[in-house]
Amino acid sequence: MKVTEETVQYVAALAKLTVSEEEKAKVATDLGTILDYIATMEELDTNGVEPMSHVFPIKNVFREDVVVNKNDRDNLLQNAPMKKDGCFVVPKTVE
Amino acid sequence: MKNITTLSALELGKLIKNKEVTVVEAVKAQLEVIRKRDASYHCYLTVMEQEALARAKEVQKQIDAGELDFSPLAGVPMAVKDNMCTKGTNTTCASKILYNFTPPYDATVIEKLNKAGAVIIGKTNMDEFAMGSTTETSHFGETKNPWNTAHVPGGSSGGSASAVAAEEAFYALGSDTGGSIRQPASYCGVTGIKPTYGTVSRYGLIAYASSLDQIGPIGRNISDCAAVLEVISGYDPKDSTSIDKDSYSYTEALVDDVKGMRIGIPKDYLGAGLDAEIRKSILNAAEVFRSKGAIVEEFDLTAVNYAVPAYYVIACAEASSNLSRFDGVKYGYRTENYEGLQQVYKNSRSEGFGAEVKRRMMIGAFVLSSGYYDAFYNKALKVRAIINEGFQKAFEKYDIILGPTAPQTAPGLGESLADPLKMYLSDIYTVSVNLAGLPAVSLPCGLDQKGLPIGLQLIGKHFGEKDIIRAAYSFEQAGSYIRPTLIVSEEGGIA
Amino acid sequence: MKAYETVLGLEVHVELATKTKIFCSCTTQFGGEQNTHCCPVCTGMPGTLPVLNKQVVEYAIAAGLALDCTITQKCRFDRKNYFYPDLPKAYQISQLYFPICRDGGIEIETESGKKTVGIHEIHMEEDAGKLVHDPWGDCTLVDYNRCGVPLIEIVSEPDMRSAEEVIAYLEKLKLILQYLGVSDCKMQEGSLRADINLSVREVGATELGTRTEMKNMNSFKAIARAIEGERKRQIELIEYGKKVIQETRRWDDNKDNSFAMRSKEDAQDYRYFPEPDLPPIEISDEWLEEVKKKQPELRDEKMLRYEKEFDIPAYDAAIITGVKQLAALFEETVALCGKPKEVSNWLMVETMRLLKEQEMEAENISFTPMQLAKLIKLIDEGKINRTVAKEVFEQVFKENVEPEEYVEKHGLGMVNDDGLLRSTIERILSENPQSIADYKSGKTKAMGFLVGQTMKEMKGKADPGKINQMLNELLRTF
Repeated sequence: MKVTEETVQYVAALAKLTVSEEEKAKVATDLGTILDYIATMEELDTNGVEPMSHVFPIKNVFREDVVVNKNDRDNLLQNAPMKKDGCFVVPKTVE
Repeated sequence: MKNITTLSALELGKLIKNKEVTVVEAVKAQLEVIRKRDASYHCYLTVMEQEALARAKEVQKQIDAGELDFSPLAGVPMAVKDNMCTKGTNTTCASKILYNFTPPYDATVIEKLNKAGAVIIGKTNMDEFAMGSTTETSHFGETKNPWNTAHVPGGSSGGSASAVAAEEAFYALGSDTGGSIRQPASYCGVTGIKPTYGTVSRYGLIAYASSLDQIGPIGRNISDCAAVLEVISGYDPKDSTSIDKDSYSYTEALVDDVKGMRIGIPKDYLGAGLDAEIRKSILNAAEVFRSKGAIVEEFDLTAVNYAVPAYYVIACAEASSNLSRFDGVKYGYRTENYEGLQQVYKNSRSEGFGAEVKRRMMIGAFVLSSGYYDAFYNKALKVRAIINEGFQKAFEKYDIILGPTAPQTAPGLGESLADPLKMYLSDIYTVSVNLAGLPAVSLPCGLDQKGLPIGLQLIGKHFGEKDIIRAAYSFEQAGSYIRPTLIVSEEGGIA
Repeated sequence: MKAYETVLGLEVHVELATKTKIFCSCTTQFGGEQNTHCCPVCTGMPGTLPVLNKQVVEYAIAAGLALDCTITQKCRFDRKNYFYPDLPKAYQISQLYFPICRDGGIEIETESGKKTVGIHEIHMEEDAGKLVHDPWGDCTLVDYNRCGVPLIEIVSEPDMRSAEEVIAYLEKLKLILQYLGVSDCKMQEGSLRADINLSVREVGATELGTRTEMKNMNSFKAIARAIEGERKRQIELIEYGKKVIQETRRWDDNKDNSFAMRSKEDAQDYRYFPEPDLPPIEISDEWLEEVKKKQPELRDEKMLRYEKEFDIPAYDAAIITGVKQLAALFEETVALCGKPKEVSNWLMVETMRLLKEQEMEAENISFTPMQLAKLIKLIDEGKINRTVAKEVFEQVFKENVEPEEYVEKHGLGMVNDDGLLRSTIERILSENPQSIADYKSGKTKAMGFLVGQTMKEMKGKADPGKINQMLNELLRTF
């Protein structure tokens, strides 16, 4: 499958990654080879087969509506690269 | 005193229980071996010396008070793959993007091990975010195979397998998404179990592929592994995919008896692509089972060739989503050069992730993107269903399935990364097990001419751990292979 | 100028009134210091996993049933992937492929008549956190308290044609959900948020025009203004031969205008796929029956029942059932004192008056059915007259006083001393011969004057009925 540099740009953008101009060609080739291989799945007839997203037929796993957790702010913020006033900090988001 | 670090975990556990060795002595001895050998093998990313010594004292107190009588592994030093959250200790997934992450909580398996008196001696090296088969994608450098330091230990739990083989830990935890416990166990000549999906809680395991990941033990023999599995399994209300079973007493299966056990070998597993020496070794193993009264025959396993592409689609898709949370905002690495939010995301992630991780995230984004979802992701889920059915059918005829763990023994360092596709293909025997959620063991069954270990894989039906453990135990008792106790290193040697 | 028709559809997000979040056991309490209602799960820490709150599913089913939907008995969650700081996992757990409810409707009534607005689907999902702009640091602060609060999103068909219909739809929706108790639906607090999809087309056209999505309307009035504004804007564009661009616009009520939101920099491909960390949901017929049985009486039913059972006029029944708390107050008070018309009166007249005066919402009434019942009892037993009762009620409403105590404390009890009354009236009559003469000559106003004077002398504590009776009696003697 021919993967163009545009496609590389697109999937990189979806994954919030930058691929430099020099790298783009190689990445396109790599992805193309891998996707070609993956496309061999086409050979297997899957007509009428239900997609299997969960390995076991378990269902209805629930929890009761009871408050258990308490204020854990210090712990939760301890790894923040930037924090202020008990919040995580990011550059200004424009609405 | 005999060098206790050559003992098995259960053997040491007994000595500790009988007060022949104290926990502090055991920990000190282990730390000493690590000091001598880890420079050669680089199994560890973090050695928790202070914590382990402090914990050793605590555990000893509990043992003395009779509080840990129920636990055969109390006081035994062990290692944890660095993708499982250990509260207060660095957990990096061998990635720059988590280089300084200190989890605010313990993974459920860690809580369970702590209750059983385990002493965590360190966090082991791995492929970055568990993506890889050689531990070479680690941001913090490769781990060497103790059998031959010019070779890889396998991956992604390479650090754990290597540590157990090099006697730098009595046992270790690994994680297995497509073979990451079994294949390094095979390359390092040790034993590893990937349990049935849902047996061991994933809460606290930093996710790679949610529907495939499982945590499991790596040890020097099946008895150790079974004992560890008993400790770490169990229903966890914090993990919605965790299954509630009546019994987790795997050590009951440590019985030397395979009479009448029906063992199937998939024909496709022995075809071209499998190293000749390995094929010979596997067929020898089959003979061992036959001689012990098992019924062994070859059969056709459906869709073997489609397991690898289906696996990569599902794993990459889930991984691309699971790893999106690493964005430089809440934890981990944040880039220093950015203007605006988008650059915080793009630069932190591009600078923080390695090439293999980025590649898989892009594949994942692609196979889920509109226009391709049906052809790739949905198709893979259907292939998965077919593979699962194939196994169900096989298990109507057989109790366990036997085959090689890997198509070759440990490759040399630096040989694999240039051709990612070839690397993916070497997962052929292991990935289908994860797709179907089945349990599997890899145990040593010989050495190749280079002196590198060969691994035998036994696959069980869902929740059929006891069958594969029994078969593995019986095989071990037959003793017709070299036990991996010979470790030769430049500096360490054997004390 | 051509005649244009406005086509409107709504996506309404409703915060469910559960005690805990949808996937973790953190509290959903409103307010609270930033990031203190959080845990590793709802802040997206590595290694954490979601566990579904059963109450969320039950509330969603209840809402679906009340909105006439078919319940998707086999449903599941999907991941919606995108990057934004208020989304810690960089994906939202939502439902795309198998939403829990489908194909419902709400009947609305406007000046143009009755119609049914279709509901396309209802799905469960988790709310995101809040972003607060920090002017000092020229950056944005992220608070995850709201992250993980359970939402149901109710997507309507594009069946509405005017702001009036939209408001009617929202009001009815709000009432139904409040009655169910699944949400308090307070727009000002954000527990009900409406996004409007609007397009225009020439009257008679069959194809839909390009639609825009509008967000950030915080009241029904703002919604009405936004609809008017956007309709005008689109018509103008078309009239000038320009094209309407499909985009999301942010309504600014202060400027009475909308602005195109900066389009997200990269493609909006959400890459939905089934959530692997959550097993699917199977709602059995038995479970559905259980939920059906638990469904409380909804507004329309209640209204009709009040008319029949309590014999109160339709208009009154509509007002009283217009707010769940008011209806509860009514029923409970009637249960205590058994006087529906009386209770209705107190709610319709005095309560409404005071609510307006205090600029309060009926939901915030603090007095209890017991207090109102006691007040009514006092009037009934002749212990206070109606004028006094009004005064007491105002205190009950504002300060939650106990009626009997208050009456006692302020000596407001009606004076039932006939002798005193008689002598007082005799005195007044003797002091006002002109009034007597006026009365005798047919000026009925004089009676009013005499009653008023008597009441004044009695410090308002006499029974007006008795005053009238005695006056009449005594006047005959003059």
